[in-house]
Amino acid sequence: MTEQAASLPPKPPFWNDPHIRAIVFQAVALIAAIAFGWRIFDNTQDNLSRLGIASGFDFLSSSAGFDIIQTLIPYSAASSYGQVFWVALLNTLLVSALGIIFATLLGFIIGVARLSKNWLIAKLALIYIEIFRNIPLLLQIFFWYFAVLRAMPSPRQSLSLGGTAFLNIRGLYLPAPHFQPGSGWVLAALGIAIILVIMLVRWARQRQMATGQSFPVLRMSLALLLSVPLAVFWLMGSPLHWEYPELRGFNFQGGLVIIPEMASLLLALSIYTAAFIAEIVRAGIQAVSHGQTEASFSLGLNSHLTLRLIILPQALRVIIPPLTNQYLNLTKNSSLAAAIGYPDLVAAFAGTVLNQTGQAIECIAITMAVYLTISLLISLMMNWYNRQVALVER
Amino acid sequence: MNLTKSLTKSLTATFAAVCLLASVSAVQAGATLDAIKKNGFIKCGVSDGLPGFSYADEKGNYSGIDVDVCRAVAAAVFGDPKKVKFTPLTAKERLTALQSGEIDVLSRNTTWTSSRDSAQGMNFTGVTYYDGQGFLINKKLGVKSAKELDGATVCVQAGTTTELNLSDYFRAHKMKFTPISYDKSDESAKSLEAGRCDVLTSDQSQLYAQRIKLAKPDEFIVLPEVISKEPLGPVVRHGDDDWFDIVKWTLFVMVDAEELGVNSKNVEEMKKSANPDIKRLLGVEGGKGKDFGLANDWMAVVIAQVGNYGEIFDRNVGKDSPLKIERGLNALWTQGGLQYAPPVR
Repeated sequence: MTEQAASLPPKPPFWNDPHIRAIVFQAVALIAAIAFGWRIFDNTQDNLSRLGIASGFDFLSSSAGFDIIQTLIPYSAASSYGQVFWVALLNTLLVSALGIIFATLLGFIIGVARLSKNWLIAKLALIYIEIFRNIPLLLQIFFWYFAVLRAMPSPRQSLSLGGTAFLNIRGLYLPAPHFQPGSGWVLAALGIAIILVIMLVRWARQRQMATGQSFPVLRMSLALLLSVPLAVFWLMGSPLHWEYPELRGFNFQGGLVIIPEMASLLLALSIYTAAFIAEIVRAGIQAVSHGQTEASFSLGLNSHLTLRLIILPQALRVIIPPLTNQYLNLTKNSSLAAAIGYPDLVAAFAGTVLNQTGQAIECIAITMAVYLTISLLISLMMNWYNRQVALVER
Repeated sequence: MNLTKSLTKSLTATFAAVCLLASVSAVQAGATLDAIKKNGFIKCGVSDGLPGFSYADEKGNYSGIDVDVCRAVAAAVFGDPKKVKFTPLTAKERLTALQSGEIDVLSRNTTWTSSRDSAQGMNFTGVTYYDGQGFLINKKLGVKSAKELDGATVCVQAGTTTELNLSDYFRAHKMKFTPISYDKSDESAKSLEAGRCDVLTSDQSQLYAQRIKLAKPDEFIVLPEVISKEPLGPVVRHGDDDWFDIVKWTLFVMVDAEELGVNSKNVEEMKKSANPDIKRLLGVEGGKGKDFGLANDWMAVVIAQVGNYGEIFDRNVGKDSPLKIERGLNALWTQGGLQYAPPVR
């Protein structure tokens, strides 16, 4: 033992010890970073107070004094800047969420069409993809807003869609549903139907495992989801009242309106992102080797079941991570709303509020934090979903 | 002990480096003028296209009242009205551009308000144009008064006092409206033409300027109501009094010159005038120019190279321009208007 210990080289002095050195360097780097951040913060504070510019977040509670074209929550000119923030945030979330849904649906359809054996369909999908992903998004927004939706007729020459909905340059006017007492029961019925469907799916799966007999789950679920709430709706004496838009004075009043700013932004975002999603879907499907399809066919599964049970589950593993990126891009691209006057977070909050209060740093910081939070939440959800579909090594 | 020593040493070094990196020199009074002299030009924020106020032609030459104010300041500082770098700004960008030091003076039909003077850290140097907010509307709609606008869709520029006055006016008259806020005035004009909105609201002077840009200007009328006070003027950053004084007095000099009958054509002749007011204004007597840290005859240079207030008004928005706006509130106080400048003394 002693002999062995003596043969070891002498312990280096601790300043040459790589372990201690690593810790020291990391500590130094951390302190430097903190000092740098503090210095920036302090300097900004100094400059702001020297220039006599107000700072802090008190402005959020003072009244805004301007109106906004689209508000999902109650808002008036007397509301606070804080309320403007929520209005603007909801507008951003609305257009992003709808955009994600439409882009995904359209993207999957085009992506599958791109691989179609039908020459015409495959080429049309290819042309769609190449056109829309290669034109800058801002131009596409302008195209829809200034070229397409500007060609709509004036309110007095509105296109009537069955006498209940109207389309003109001011937007699409739809009847608005007003829920009467008793609607709660219909909602409850829908909840019960959903629970029934979940139970049905479980039962059908167990039965198939045990006996090998399949059950038309999809059709039965749809029937349940429709029939139960509709029956209750009828029993309660149709507790729903439609408010129809009507032409009064300058424009249609009442009802529900989809403004052209929102429509063109949504169209451009969905169509643009769908082109990228289509390519991701195509790549994902092509990543599953053809042998899998042949094996599935030889087991007697038809092409629909092959797609649903064999190809898609494996393709999703390839599709999900880049799809997440597209969702993040779409959400962030929605800030181009400012270019056409859609009151999203950037236009209404980081634009108008910033300018009315002059508190640039606070407004921009809040806006950045919000986009970061939304993006991270989308990432988290998609990562969770990715883990669900990921290959489980056994 | 060695560890602590080397730790302290490296820490101090890093800290010093960090401080050096992040140290942004604090601006003192007079610093703006020094920086301008070093650059050799004035950075001036103007509008992104408003005939009569600041408008660039096909060759990129700017003209307008707001542009001439900047040229006058350049003439005061450098003796050369061309030493200006114009930055076109939208209504939303303008105040931040000034706060952040991207421009030295903002001359962009900006309304003087209490919050801009206080919380937003700016100083208005005077009023180049007394304005008020109005409405531009298509004749076809048959509207004769702003009080008939209940339910109208209104185009407005985002981030302006106009946006606030609009809401106030409709609230006060218990009327409803739908606002569409665009960043650029061009977009508002296009939307009005296309019929996306029924009416466009802005300062009256801008409405006349916007109207001549429309394809069929005759189809649109400006409603009679003026719903707000809009004193428009150049703005500088808070905290540099010397620069504030220069911009402020450039404006006063042009108004004083008009009052004293001095213009760009007769300025040399007027130097021989017996009137002591004119002698002081033109730097013949009194040496008032030097107090500003500028050449003694800077006021005469401003008048010779850019003109007096009346000349600027007439050629840009008044009788010699396509806009043909009456002097109205912008006449000299001696002629029933509001333009009044303190004496050079």
